[in-house]
Amino acid sequence: MTAQSIAASATSRRSGPRVGRILLHLSLLIIAVVWLVPAVGLFVNSFRPSADIASSGWWTALAPPYEFTFQNYADVLGRQGLDRGFINSLFITIPATIMVLAVASFAAYAFAWMDFRGKNVLFVIVVGLLVVPLQVSLIPILRLFAEAGIAGTFLAVWLAHTGFGLPFAVFLLRNYMGGLPREVFESAAIDGAGPATSFFRLALPMSVPVLASLAIFQFLWVWNDLLVALVFIGARPENQPLTVVVANLVNSQGGQWHLLTAAAFIVMALPLVVFFALQRYFVRGITGGAVKG
Amino acid sequence: MDERLLTAAIVIVGVPAALVGYVLLIETILRFVPGRVAPRLRPVLWLLPALTFLSVFLVYPTIDTVRRSLMDGFSENFVGLANYEYFFGSGETLGALANNVLWIVFLTGGAVGLGLLIAILVDRVRYEPWVKAVIFLPMAISFVAAGVIWRFMYDFRPESGTLNAIVGTFGVEPVGWLNTWPWNTLFLIFVGVWMQVGFAMVILSAGLKGISTELLEAARVDGANELQVFRGITFPLLLPTIAVISTTVIIIALKAFDIVYVMTNGNFGTEVLANRMYKELFNFSQFGRGSAVAVILFVAIVPVMLFNIKRFREQEAIR
Repeated sequence: MTAQSIAASATSRRSGPRVGRILLHLSLLIIAVVWLVPAVGLFVNSFRPSADIASSGWWTALAPPYEFTFQNYADVLGRQGLDRGFINSLFITIPATIMVLAVASFAAYAFAWMDFRGKNVLFVIVVGLLVVPLQVSLIPILRLFAEAGIAGTFLAVWLAHTGFGLPFAVFLLRNYMGGLPREVFESAAIDGAGPATSFFRLALPMSVPVLASLAIFQFLWVWNDLLVALVFIGARPENQPLTVVVANLVNSQGGQWHLLTAAAFIVMALPLVVFFALQRYFVRGITGGAVKG
Repeated sequence: MDERLLTAAIVIVGVPAALVGYVLLIETILRFVPGRVAPRLRPVLWLLPALTFLSVFLVYPTIDTVRRSLMDGFSENFVGLANYEYFFGSGETLGALANNVLWIVFLTGGAVGLGLLIAILVDRVRYEPWVKAVIFLPMAISFVAAGVIWRFMYDFRPESGTLNAIVGTFGVEPVGWLNTWPWNTLFLIFVGVWMQVGFAMVILSAGLKGISTELLEAARVDGANELQVFRGITFPLLLPTIAVISTTVIIIALKAFDIVYVMTNGNFGTEVLANRMYKELFNFSQFGRGSAVAVILFVAIVPVMLFNIKRFREQEAIR
């Protein structure tokens, strides 16, 4: 190999990666823009006067003259019932989250640290139930709720969300609790601690990180749910959560973008806050064997 | 309002308190139970609340739905397989089934493929967390909000629809993105991809970081280019992770409901099984046919379920 060709190959090696780097940054930039633009467009338009929204695109608002208003938010919150929807969503989501955590943690502890016949078969059933589509439960449960006289109430959705969220909660918690050091529980048992003491004093405090992940998941899942609320609350406007109110708004006011953009942003607001504040737990829950049906 | 606040407060405090009370009670009772019986009885009692919920809300309804799928619209008379004959004889329901196949193929391919690409690209830059947060963001929001966002993107009028404004600058007439099959279904699926890529990316990125850098460097020193490194090392090592993510996304594709319900309600040939089932139940009051659709959905998911159980067993064997 001549000196010249070595030099040439050295430059191409240097310039090759440099072109590669530029392409790399460029493609990441394009992907990030494509992923952000839809949400940004919605956000910008939700603050524009309705006449402007009808006559020009959201991007025109990025240049002067700036004309922004809170009128759209005032309209959807007042006249379209999103204020009530927001409160209903909170009423539905918080108890449904607490109930799942409470019911699942006892079962997870039993699966992780108690020995009994049929344990493996029972837990395999839980793994199987993880992916059961909740569509197969809708009609029979609706009949049960109707017979019990609770169809359309918050209690109905709390119970339904607890039942549907339970396989995942038990699965995630049991895997985490089962990974806690055995010696801790053995020495506690030698010191005379019963299962209840071990559970409340050791297993539960040590599982706080996974409980946090689970709480975030269940919160987002219930807050964002449409189907369960549609079926079990249905035509009871006074109890409908945000997702149902906004879906109805889309059906009845499909072209009214000043209302829809503000409404969509109100549904997104709390999940986004939760997401940004607690991203660490969220990611940990997903990577920690989180496979939810 | 006050009454509801009271109920909610009772549930938030009462349910955990009741469960704690329950466990303390059974532990007290177990103290008076003969030594041989107590260890056998204890797990059953600890599991009882969860097992009750699972039985009432998942196991019993599944069996009952199978029964109802063999009955008429009011669940009164046995009709044999008539509901299934209707399902496989009607163009509308078969169209929904075909769309679900499109959802499975393109949502899974799109989310996993793009997630893998982004995970690999983002691994090489310093602003990794920022890109990840942007890609991940749609995962936190509801399908309903995503539906509104993308109805807005796909809007026909170039004065509001971003996509038609973009094609308009190239002199193209406005496109009816959601009007013609199969393109409209593919555009709906893209909304799903937009939401699910973050999920695939995060898991694959974690898997990528688990691959030893020495192995990769050794291959590069031996003269392998990036594509060869990917084909020979990265991809095979990530394959089990890709399989797990794919099963999750396949289930999301099978159960696809909200996006279709909000954006087209199944019009223009975009119908999917879950939306069809909802219509059978609440628009046509056909409990038998709705149940049959649910059972078909369930049967389609059984292979995924068996795969998950097999994988779980293998992992337990290693533990």
